Amino acid sequence: MNANTAPTPDPPSLPWWMQLAVPGASLITFGTHLLIAQKAPPVETRSYMLLFWEIIVVSIVLAIAQRFRPALRKWMRHMWPIFTAAILLLGVWDVITVGLHLLPLPYFPGPAAVLRNLISDRELLFDSTWHSLVLLLSGYILGVIVGLVSGVCIGWSSSVRYWGMPLLKVLGPIPATAWIPIAMVVSPSAIMSSAGLIALAVWFPVTMLTASGISNTRASYLDVARTLGARRLYLIFRVAIPAAVPNIFIGLFMGLGASFLTLVVAESVGVKSGLGWYVSWAQGWAEYGKVFAAIIIMAAFFSTVMTLLFKLRDRVLVWQKGTIKW
Amino acid sequence: MVMTTVTEASGVRVRDICKSFPVPDAPATRRMALGGISFSIAAAELVSLVGPSGCGKSTLLRLVAGLDLPDSGDLLVGKEKIVGPSAERGLVFQDPNLFPWLTVRGNIEAGLVARGVLREKRNEVGEFMRLVGLEAFANAYPHHLSGGMAQRVALARALINHPKVLLLDEPLGALDAFTRMRMQDEVLRLWENRRTTMLLVTHDIDEAIYMSDRIVIMTQAPGRIDREIDIDLPRPRDRTGDSFLRFRGEILEHLHFAGKAAA
Repeated sequence: MNANTAPTPDPPSLPWWMQLAVPGASLITFGTHLLIAQKAPPVETRSYMLLFWEIIVVSIVLAIAQRFRPALRKWMRHMWPIFTAAILLLGVWDVITVGLHLLPLPYFPGPAAVLRNLISDRELLFDSTWHSLVLLLSGYILGVIVGLVSGVCIGWSSSVRYWGMPLLKVLGPIPATAWIPIAMVVSPSAIMSSAGLIALAVWFPVTMLTASGISNTRASYLDVARTLGARRLYLIFRVAIPAAVPNIFIGLFMGLGASFLTLVVAESVGVKSGLGWYVSWAQGWAEYGKVFAAIIIMAAFFSTVMTLLFKLRDRVLVWQKGTIKW
Repeated sequence: MVMTTVTEASGVRVRDICKSFPVPDAPATRRMALGGISFSIAAAELVSLVGPSGCGKSTLLRLVAGLDLPDSGDLLVGKEKIVGPSAERGLVFQDPNLFPWLTVRGNIEAGLVARGVLREKRNEVGEFMRLVGLEAFANAYPHHLSGGMAQRVALARALINHPKVLLLDEPLGALDAFTRMRMQDEVLRLWENRRTTMLLVTHDIDEAIYMSDRIVIMTQAPGRIDREIDIDLPRPRDRTGDSFLRFRGEILEHLHFAGKAAA
């Protein structure tokens, strides 16, 4: 990480305007908030102010640190425009809701109110997130395992494909949430039936993409493996499955999207816990600040899970590096 | 003398091979790809198959590899009949077909893993990487390799099982002229120090003359053997020498004639 040996000359510091962008945007957004708050009914905004103080202090510290850390500088150069825009968007949100009343209250509270709800209800939100995580993972993992097994069988064996494919084509496209009434009757507990529904939602894309990946394995890879002395187990596990992994990951991503949807719906109608339940509960009390707080948590939670899957893909598909982009 | 008894078992005999394929547009009819082919390759001999495209060279190679079965006729390696693919007959295609998910080392090891002997023979992997000059790329993935390097990995991967017969289906066809000539020498070097029986399918007449002990010329539709020519020149051969050019003229004339007869 020596700047002198870097292939492209890297200036020793970010330009001044980029260093000032984040604290500047924070001052603008918070200044706007103070102006609006004078007209609006007094609300408790200490947490909102603290948030901006923290952002300003951290961004100044980073602006100094980047002079000594090229890696940090590279990251900041990449991320700072996005952070700046995000902070300014908070200001726009504030102006539209609290400032100009363009959106009706109480359905659209300002960012300060949402932050207050986020903090005051943190225990319940944390608890809900934890329950959602457990439910999501148990359903997702179950769906992936079953989907991989059925996908490999359908993709490899033509007789399994004959019987399995029609079943897949008929059952797969039904949204998992359509089964909720039946799942509630069949299963002993709401949690188990929800996990089953999530698994069903994941199973379809994973099976479909795995099967197509396996059956589209380049014939010449299999030919080469045969002339190297490979038997069936080698052909399946060391040729067809690795060759199908890029496809399998597409199925995993599609399944993950379907699992989020199914999770939230299943929680709001069946299970009495989790973020989906929290949203409909807060809606029942017309606490829209809490609804937005839960949506923010969901955004962070789901995108983190998605990012982890991307990281896993990058590790597993390291051999593809440079050949695909998605 | 011990060598000969070992290699005697690695001669190839092809007797009256016929092979047809269904015509895609008319499922009831079959197109004759090979119409009664007979020839043999002595142990440790390097034989080239040349002929117009579509004459069934690659079909014949796949039959010897055991990847397809003939309609009629016999294929033998030594005294054993070929009934399916085996690690005894290595195959290298024009496309190296390296497994992209494995490193260079992983690809070369593949044959040992497939046969379940990696543990005993792991030390040979380094030897084969040295043989094709790729030790420095052991951990590289195939998409980082040039065409020539990738084909060298494919050769090492095929050779690690010590096959009795190495089948080469236009292995150098996709390479540029310079890499191609260098690789011809490299394949010859491998052949000379391993004394593997080799059957080389090629479009390139110069390559066939430069490399082989014998050239088998095929005609097309259905594929038959037109002529066999012994190339009795000492190696290394001079690509511009008189006798080289004389062989070249002779073969070109034959291919031209073969083309006319089929048309």
